[in-house]
Amino acid sequence: MSVKQLSIFAENRPGRLSNITHLLAVNGINIRAMSVADTKDFGILRLIVNDADKAVAALREGNCAVTVTSVLAIRIPDRPGGLAAAMQLLYDNNVSVEYMYSAFISEKNGEAYLILRADSNEKAEQAFEGKYHLLSQEELLAM
Amino acid sequence: MGKYWNEKIECMGPEEMRALQSERLVKQVRHVWDNVPYYRAKMEEKGVTPDDIKGIEDLHKLPFLSKADLRDAYPYGLLAKPLSECVRIHSTSGTTGKRVVAFYTQHDVDLWNDCTARAITAAGGSKEDVVQVAYGYGLFTGGAGLDGGSHKVGCLTLPMSSGNTERQIQFMEDLGATILCCTPSYAAYIGETVKKMGKSPDDLKLKAGIFGAEPWTEEMRQEIEKSLGIKAYDIYGLTETSGPGVAFECECQTGMHINEDNFIAEIIDPDTGEVLPDGTKGELVFTAITKEAFPLLRYRTRDICVLTRGKCACGRTLVKMAKPMGRSDDMLIIRGVNVFPSQIESVLLKMSNASPNYQIIVGRENNTDTFEIRVELTEEMFSDTIRSIEELERKIGQDMLSVLGIKAKIRLVEPNSIPRSEGKAKRVIDTRNLV
Repeated sequence: MSVKQLSIFAENRPGRLSNITHLLAVNGINIRAMSVADTKDFGILRLIVNDADKAVAALREGNCAVTVTSVLAIRIPDRPGGLAAAMQLLYDNNVSVEYMYSAFISEKNGEAYLILRADSNEKAEQAFEGKYHLLSQEELLAM
Repeated sequence: MGKYWNEKIECMGPEEMRALQSERLVKQVRHVWDNVPYYRAKMEEKGVTPDDIKGIEDLHKLPFLSKADLRDAYPYGLLAKPLSECVRIHSTSGTTGKRVVAFYTQHDVDLWNDCTARAITAAGGSKEDVVQVAYGYGLFTGGAGLDGGSHKVGCLTLPMSSGNTERQIQFMEDLGATILCCTPSYAAYIGETVKKMGKSPDDLKLKAGIFGAEPWTEEMRQEIEKSLGIKAYDIYGLTETSGPGVAFECECQTGMHINEDNFIAEIIDPDTGEVLPDGTKGELVFTAITKEAFPLLRYRTRDICVLTRGKCACGRTLVKMAKPMGRSDDMLIIRGVNVFPSQIESVLLKMSNASPNYQIIVGRENNTDTFEIRVELTEEMFSDTIRSIEELERKIGQDMLSVLGIKAKIRLVEPNSIPRSEGKAKRVIDTRNLV
């Protein structure tokens, strides 16, 4: 069970983030989670949005290089050690995390959501099965 | 020790020089007609035979040769002597299509050495001198050209080749080098390194430098002269005509004397091919009248230039060419290496997932050319991780290095971010202000 993530290539120059978020805003796209990975010359903006297809179309229209990747959205208890236990589980199952960031969404207090891409999402899903809840695209949209 | 290497030729009266050129041209046209079917076909197409060329006044009747001809005829099509008579090749960098391979008989090598011997003598060199050759040795003509001239003059020759700058300076100091030969940007770098090593020009015996193979400015000349405590002389040449030494500067530093007894220079209108009078700006064309193995007739250099005749204050009568003021094609000279935008395009097109939209940014920092290639990232090239993008940059960089022969910084940029004018992207931004 995975969700769609948008990755946008952005050069390191003033106004890029403003430009991209503006494109999403005028198209009525809500951002549910995001992260920015950066190097000296460029960055990758990763987004979970409420309407991935519409967002992709809008970004392409705006001349952005954008790709869609499947990532896992995992629910963890919002308390000390909550993340540590999930990571231990992945480690025990020999799964490496490529990148990970936290989401803005939360149904109720005491829970947090993480967006995660593993070297093998299938293996990660198997590791989490029965122990952690993974959001589906539909669940994500309903939140 | 004299002021000239060959006073008779270098100070020859104009009438006598024209007579000598005419005699050699007539002979050379016959040699090419008899031995180079490629050029003979070009002459026949124009309806010209060797009988029509009675002297230099008939030169304009001959067809031009261009880089495209060298490509068509690669590698042996313009060879005018059996390979068994040839003793050397030199070559420019670049892909097969753009590469020039030139052949030399021993006679050709001797003549070439004679040309660079004149340049060394004009820079004040004699058999008492120690000449440090820091041009690259190998297929590149720089190292071999100045090395040969230095031997001919009888100088003690230090065949250093380029690179390993601290060792260069150590040799320069320990062995008392008096004349340095290299590219101007490398000379500037050596100057900076001397300073960085805590040394001054007074620690060196250098008195002169002979610098060429890339464009340089008057400001750069002054800087090099100051940092090394020398007088800096320009030298011109191209692999197609032999290498450095086609023209050389004298102490007046007001243009380069063309070795007219070997090369007839013309200035033409690059669009019409019409010959222009002396003093007019146009494209420089050379006819090699003494070379045996690779005798190019009316070869279009694509360098934009002006010729000046008359006796120079140095006493030489050889026609002078100004520093080239630009190109009539899109070739760039970056760190002494010829680069065509089409080579960059071909590398990108060969990468199945790369976009051919690119831009070349050339600048100069600390007297060294900076060279960046910006490539628009397409969605096909883009994957989600930093690592894969950096790998792509590295791959493009390696392919460029193997095709161009010099390193470029590769920068991936966003789609449609390279400015387009009239639907065509502006491919080259050169901020060096070398003209």
